[in-house]
This record gives sequence, structure tokens and C-alpha cells, in this order.
Amino acid sequence: MMRLLVALFSGSLFGLGLVVSDMVNAQRVQGWMDVLGNWDPTLGFVLLGAILPMLLAWPLGARRGKAFLGNALPGPASVQINRELFLGAALFGVGWGLVGLCPGPAVAGLGLNGSSGLFFFLAMGAGMFAASPLRRLFLRPVAA
Amino acid sequence: MQQEWLMGFLGGLLIGLAALTFLLVNGRIMGVSGLLGGLIDRTGWGNGAERLVFLFGLFLIPVLWAHFVAPVDTHVTSNIGLVIIAGLLVGIGSRLANGCTSGHGVCGISRFSIRSIFATAVYLFSGVLAVSLFRHFLGVLP
Repeated sequence: MMRLLVALFSGSLFGLGLVVSDMVNAQRVQGWMDVLGNWDPTLGFVLLGAILPMLLAWPLGARRGKAFLGNALPGPASVQINRELFLGAALFGVGWGLVGLCPGPAVAGLGLNGSSGLFFFLAMGAGMFAASPLRRLFLRPVAA
Repeated sequence: MQQEWLMGFLGGLLIGLAALTFLLVNGRIMGVSGLLGGLIDRTGWGNGAERLVFLFGLFLIPVLWAHFVAPVDTHVTSNIGLVIIAGLLVGIGSRLANGCTSGHGVCGISRFSIRSIFATAVYLFSGVLAVSLFRHFLGVLP
């Protein structure tokens, strides 16, 4: 039960942060990527602000060894840079740039963006569903 | 202009505190593509309630804000074809890369994960390429 309350709190705080920072505004997000046009540095400040608490969180967690609710912390990050990572990040960036939505703001904007928001969310969900069959079909046999 | 940067930084701090809480209390990485993707492809059904509740909070607060605090202008394109193509790319890409802006950009970079730093550099670059190409050279984006 406590885990669920904390998850609700974290998700809500994330949603609040996205509204306060105006990262639910697709135009502002695209402005960050528009280096040839009217460049908007806001997203950089958002990333900076978000990374700072996490720079404390990781060593704090490591010192404690486990989460406050007793469960294990995530294991060490993988260090393997492979073509799945490259291809995935490249495709993700193109989609992100085209509309200015990534998964967080897509969920946060689901109630704000009308039918565009709904279609984006459904297409994103379909893409997420398709990712593992696509990976099996095209990537794994060679990349493994 | 400066106020927008400040609000960006403050909002960013809130996002970081959300990630800190999720990590230190629940032991979980706050990555939206992972949380949502696991629900969609069933790999995360073991802790599905925790994922669902997180996503519900993320969805709810902006709606409440728009309703009770101030209107929120999102400026999302009404070009449904573009929206569907972009959504598919974001969905496939974030799952192949095992993370998106929140997972790699916030949670991964802050633990100095080489994969996350690499992924963030790649998607920022391809995003810049996409906006430059489709806005300034092809004129598809407004």
C-alpha cells in the first residue's frame, strides 16, 4: 500500500514539474531542438534541475544499500553500447523532434492535448508493443 | 525570457525530487517509457499496480492544474498523420534504447551511466536534425 502511495506521489510530482517547467508545451520542447531558428534553452535548465537531486540520490541510496521500504535498489547500469541503443535513441529523437512529445509529457498531456494527444499516446503504445517483435526479427540474430 | 529559464529550473527540481523519491523509497527508476512499456508488453505486470498508479498521478496533476490553477497551452500539432508517425517512432525508439528522456536523461546521466550519456547525446542530436530538416529545409513543421 505504501509503495502505491509513494508511486502516486512521485508521478504527481513529476506531472507538476512538467507543468511548472512548461515541458508539456510541445513548442517549447521543439524550441530547444531548433538550433537554426529561435533556440529556446529552457529544456536544458529543466534537465539540469532534474539531475541535481538525482546526483545526491544515487550515492545516498548506495550508502544505505536498499530502499526505504526495504526492497532492493536497481542494479549497476549496463555499460554495453550496442546498435539497439543507437538505433532506438536515434528513432526516438526524430519522433520527439517531429511533435515535441516524449513519453513523460505524452502521459502528462493526455488530458490536455485533445485528439492529437490521444493519437500520439495510442501510436506510442503501439510502437512500444511492436518494439520487442521488431527487435527479435531484425536485431537480435546479428546483435546477440 | 529569464523567468522561463527559472521556472524550467524549478520545475526540473520537482522532477528530480520525484525521481529521488521513487528511487530511494520504492527502489525504482523513474523512466516513463520503461514504466509504461512494461505495462503494454506485459513484462512489468509483476508490479503493474505501482506503474499504473505512478502514471495516473502523472496524468492527473496537469488536468487538475489546467482546471483549477491556470490554463495550460501545449501547442501540440493537429496534424494527425504527423502525430501518429512521431508516436510510433517515440514508442519503438524508447523501448529499443531501453529508456527515454526521464530514464536515460535524468536517472541515467545522474549515475554517470555511459549508455545513458550516449543515448541522450544521440536523441538530442537526431531531434535537432529532425527539427532542422523538417522545419527549415522541408517546411513540414510550422
